[in-house]
Amino acid sequence: MADAVRVTGLSHDWGAKPALRSVSFAVPAGRFCALLGPNGAGKSTLMAVLTGLIRPRPGVVHVGGADLARTPRAALAQIGVVFQQPTLDLELSVRANMRYFAALHGLAGRAAASRIDACLERLGMAERADEKLRALNGGHRRRMEIARALLHRPCLLLLDEPTVGLDAAARGAITDHVHDLCDDGISVLWATHLSDELRTTDDLILLHHGQIRAQGPLAQVTGGAPVAPWFLAQTGGAA
Amino acid sequence: MTPLIAARAIIAREFARFITQRERFLAALVRPLVWLFVFAAGFRAALGLSIIPPYQTYITYETYILPGLCGMVLLFSGMQSSLSLVHDRENGAMRLLLTAPLPRWFLLGAKLLAGAATGLAQVVVFLAIAWIYGLKLKWFGYLAMLPALLLAALMLGALGLALSSRIRQLENFAGVMNFVIFPMFFMSTALYPLWKMQENAPILASLCRANPFTHAVELIRFAAYGQLNLAALGWTVMATGVFFAAAVWGFEPARTRGGPRGTGGAQG
Repeated sequence: MADAVRVTGLSHDWGAKPALRSVSFAVPAGRFCALLGPNGAGKSTLMAVLTGLIRPRPGVVHVGGADLARTPRAALAQIGVVFQQPTLDLELSVRANMRYFAALHGLAGRAAASRIDACLERLGMAERADEKLRALNGGHRRRMEIARALLHRPCLLLLDEPTVGLDAAARGAITDHVHDLCDDGISVLWATHLSDELRTTDDLILLHHGQIRAQGPLAQVTGGAPVAPWFLAQTGGAA
Repeated sequence: MTPLIAARAIIAREFARFITQRERFLAALVRPLVWLFVFAAGFRAALGLSIIPPYQTYITYETYILPGLCGMVLLFSGMQSSLSLVHDRENGAMRLLLTAPLPRWFLLGAKLLAGAATGLAQVVVFLAIAWIYGLKLKWFGYLAMLPALLLAALMLGALGLALSSRIRQLENFAGVMNFVIFPMFFMSTALYPLWKMQENAPILASLCRANPFTHAVELIRFAAYGQLNLAALGWTVMATGVFFAAAVWGFEPARTRGGPRGTGGAQG
């Protein structure tokens, strides 16, 4: 199966502080891969590298076969991203927010409108399309961001702690929605420190102190043990 | 087609934001109007002006400072765009923009054009009020001013863009006011001609000559009378290029090494 993203030998530092050390992994097409790590593990740094916001030295990132450093436009066109910090224009409607993002990816007019409708429908947000974002709760705002990230039909969806600050119901709904996306062949890299968001069928990458400590199918990596205590044991209770 | 769609969206967003911020629009207008109606009246008695190009006769002080005040509107507008970029960086909108599959210089260029367009709109309203007040130019003066104003807006917007690539927090913006806007404005020919300063403070006059804002103001001033000041044009074009190159350099991925927050992410 082709890889949606392949990362090889990636390291990065923030001044004297190493953030990522020799990180290598791949997420195959249509797989949900959880990037599990405690706070400060390097998850957001990795997300910033994968979205081209920072350039690693050294390291190579391929997205859908495109080298992020050499052909950034081809690589970025295949990535949908939901950052940890919401990126919303609260004074605009859901539809207007999505229209702006669609335009950044070259979609306008009817093509954009039909994609916006389809993506909102998929995330159960069709009825909210004309509401101002300020009027929506945190869960719905997050869903809008996920719908927005799907507008340009990416092969890889990156989500950085997308459920932080949400209540249990909203967290559950978003986790379910994103898992469902994999059925359509979209690959998901889901950064989190919350082990209860993982399913036994997921792939898992455990990141700690900027290094990958374990990776593979979740059941195989944990040896069938419950994820939460395993995670705590692996990170020395840092979660 | 994709770049044009994106550029249009970026410009439309900037305009929509500007229109919804009425206070910003009013402040942008009040500032030069106070100079025109209040300060100019006071300074008129204190400042004697000789006949200097492009003027062919004695002029009132209000007439002299009109191009400088246009420059002032653009200067503040450029810095306001810079402020909104820092805000965009803090609220994450900048990341959304920079992860679009378009060249970074293009995205920043679209932002620059958007800021310049809003600045131009403010100058047009300011000139209309000045016209009602009695400060009238010939129609071709207004026409010739447009490209000069656009270039000045691009230069000052590019400066704002370059500054915003280095400013990490909104709180630090006060420093920009003190160390960029005020020196640029007061050490220029916006309020007093160069010869006047040369008489009293030759060193300051030299600084004035090196100040790109001086050249932008002179470009506007000559254009207002249908004349082209080639030297001013050259300086302004060059400064625009240097500032924009600095902005693109500042927003390069390898440069944003201040920590994950610098890229908009949180530690994780």
